[in-house]
Amino acid sequence: MTEQKHYINAETTVKSWLLTVDHKRIAILYLLSVVGFFILGGTAAILFRLDLMTPQGDLLAHETYNKMFTMHGVMMVFFFLVPVVPAVLGNFLVPIMIGARDVAFPRLNLASWYIFITGGLFALAALVLGGVDTGWTFYTPYSSTYANSNVILTGLGVFVAGFASILTGVNFIVTIHKMRAPGMTWFRLPLFIWAQYATSIIMVLGTPVIAITLLLLVLERAFHIGIFDPALGGDPVLFQHLFWFYSHPAVYIMILPGFGIISELIACFSRKNVFGYSFVAFSSLAIAIIGFFVWGHHMFITSQSIYAGLIFSILSFIIAVPTAVKIFNWTATLYKGSVEFRTPMIYALGFIGLFLVGGLTGLFLSSMGLDVHLHDTYFVVAHFHYVMVGGMVMAFLGGLHFWWPKMFGRTYNQGCAVFTAIVIFIGFNLTFFPQFIVGYLGMPRRYHVYPEEFQIFHILSTGGASVLGFGYLLMFCYLPYSLIKGKKATANPWPATGLEWEQTTSPPPTLNFIHDPVVTEEAYAYAKKNEEFYRQAIPAESKDV
Amino acid sequence: MNDQIDHHISPIRTYIIVFMALMVFTGITVWVAFQDLGYLNTFVAVTIAVIKATIVAWYFMHLKSSAKITRVVALAGVIWLIVMFALTMSDYAARSWIPFPDPW
Repeated sequence: MTEQKHYINAETTVKSWLLTVDHKRIAILYLLSVVGFFILGGTAAILFRLDLMTPQGDLLAHETYNKMFTMHGVMMVFFFLVPVVPAVLGNFLVPIMIGARDVAFPRLNLASWYIFITGGLFALAALVLGGVDTGWTFYTPYSSTYANSNVILTGLGVFVAGFASILTGVNFIVTIHKMRAPGMTWFRLPLFIWAQYATSIIMVLGTPVIAITLLLLVLERAFHIGIFDPALGGDPVLFQHLFWFYSHPAVYIMILPGFGIISELIACFSRKNVFGYSFVAFSSLAIAIIGFFVWGHHMFITSQSIYAGLIFSILSFIIAVPTAVKIFNWTATLYKGSVEFRTPMIYALGFIGLFLVGGLTGLFLSSMGLDVHLHDTYFVVAHFHYVMVGGMVMAFLGGLHFWWPKMFGRTYNQGCAVFTAIVIFIGFNLTFFPQFIVGYLGMPRRYHVYPEEFQIFHILSTGGASVLGFGYLLMFCYLPYSLIKGKKATANPWPATGLEWEQTTSPPPTLNFIHDPVVTEEAYAYAKKNEEFYRQAIPAESKDV
Repeated sequence: MNDQIDHHISPIRTYIIVFMALMVFTGITVWVAFQDLGYLNTFVAVTIAVIKATIVAWYFMHLKSSAKITRVVALAGVIWLIVMFALTMSDYAARSWIPFPDPW
C-alpha cells in the first residue's frame, strides 16, 4: 500500500525544510529551535539550583552564578516562552483551525524563523564570549554603565528576535481577518484562535517598545547618549517604565495562548461546549488591552510616585477580573461534563490549579504595602514560575500532547505520558512552593550566599527541580520514540470537534485540506457529537435486544 | 480589481510639499532644542515629532488612501503611544506631590 502524502513526506530534502513556506513545516522548525533554547535555559537552572543547595554558594563563582540566572531568564523568556505557543502550535494550527490553506504571508512566516534564529545566535554568541550578568531585565544603571559582560550583544539578540514576534503577530491578525473559511464567523472561531488573535495584538503593539528600549540601552552603553544615566541627563527609572511597558504585556503574550489551549482541552475532555463562549473570547481581548495598563506594579519600590503606584495597583486588581472569568468558565464547563483523564486533560487540570495559585499571589504583589515586604524576594520568583511554568509550560505540554497525533501522525504511550504529567506536577510544586515560604521569610532573589536557616527550603527546591527535570527527560524519551514506533494516529483520535480534527488527515496534506472546508456549526458542538455517537451505538445494541 | 488594495498614486508635487514640510519641522526641532521653554520643552518636542510622524504616515505611508481597517491599525498604535506617555507621566508629574523628608 502506498503511503499517504502529507506535509512531512511531501519533500524530504534539507533544502525543502529550510526554504519551506508551509506553515506546518515552519512550526516544526520553530519547535526544534525553541526546544534547543529550553534545554540551554534548563541546564543553566539545574546548575544554579545545585549551587543554591548550600548557603555558601560554593559550586559557582559569584559572577558565574549571575551569568547563569541571566542566561536562564533570557533564554526562557525571549527564546522559549514568548515564541513557543504562537510560533509552534499557533503556526501549525491557526490556518487549519480557520479553514485556510496557509497563513496570509507565508514568506514573512519563514523570514520570521530566520530572524528568530539570528537573534538567538546573537544571544548564544554573548554566552560563548563570556555571558551576561544583568538579569533578564537589563536594569539600568547597572546594564548601561557598570556591567562588564556582553550586554550589547544580548540586547541586540533580543532586539532582533522581537521582529520575528512582530511578523508572526501581523501574519496571524491578517490571516484571522481575511482567510477564514466560508461559514467560519467570528463567533464560530475556536477559542484558541481568539487567544492567538489577542496575543498577536500585544505582539504588534508592544514588541517595538522593548526593541527600541534595548536599542536605546545599546546606544547609551556604546556612544554615551544620555537616556538612562543621570550623569548624562537621563533617568534609570525611565528604562523600567519602557521595559515593563512591553514586558508586562509580554507575560500575557506568554500566557494568553496557553488559555486558548486550555479552552480546547477542557471542552474536548469534558465532552461539552465551553461555558460562556463569548465571555471567554472577550476576556482574552480584555486581558490583552488591560495588560498594557499595569506595568508600574513592577516599580513600587523605585522612585515611582505613590500616585502612579496607586493607579497601577488598582489597574492590576482589575485585570484579575477577565482572568477569573476564564477560570470560572472552565470550571463551569467541567461541571457535569463526562470528564476523561487523558494526558492533555491532566495537564489542563494541573494548569487550572497552578495558574490559580500564580494568579492569586499576583494580587498579593500588586498590593502596594505588601509588595514592600515581598518585592525582589523568592515570593516573586515562585509567583511568576507558577504563572510561567505551572501555567504556560503546562498548557503548552497539554497542547503538544493533544495535537501531537495531528502534527506527526503517531500516537504516544498514554501510560508513560500520564505518569510523566504527574511527575512534572509533583516536581514543579516541590520546586516552587517552598520558594513562597522562603521568600516571605525574607530570602532575596538573585543571591547565592544566604543565611543557613533558609537552606532547608533550597534543598526542597533543588530536590523538586530534579524531579521536574526527570519528568522533562522522560518526555524527551517517549515523544521522539513515538515518532518511530508509535501507532499511526487516525484523523480524529480523541475524538474532538474542529476543522483540524474533522476535515483533514493526521498529519495534514501540504495544503491542509483535500476539499475546501465549509463551516456549518458552532465551535465545540460536543453535545451534537455525543448524540451522533450514541445514535450510532444504540441501533447496534438494539439489534441484540 | 480588489478594492482592498491601495492603487492610489499621489502626484510628485505632493511628495515635494511633504518633504519640504518635514524639512521645515526638522529645522524647528533643531531651533527649539536650543531654546529653554521650561516644563514645555518635552511637550513642544513631542508635538513636533507627532506632527512629522502623522505627515509621514498620512502621505508617504498612504494612510490617506488606505482602507478603514488599516487606519484603525495605525490609530491603535497612536492610542497605545498615548497610553505609554500618559501612564509614564502619572509617575513623573506626580513625584513631587508627596514631599520627601529632608536629608539628614
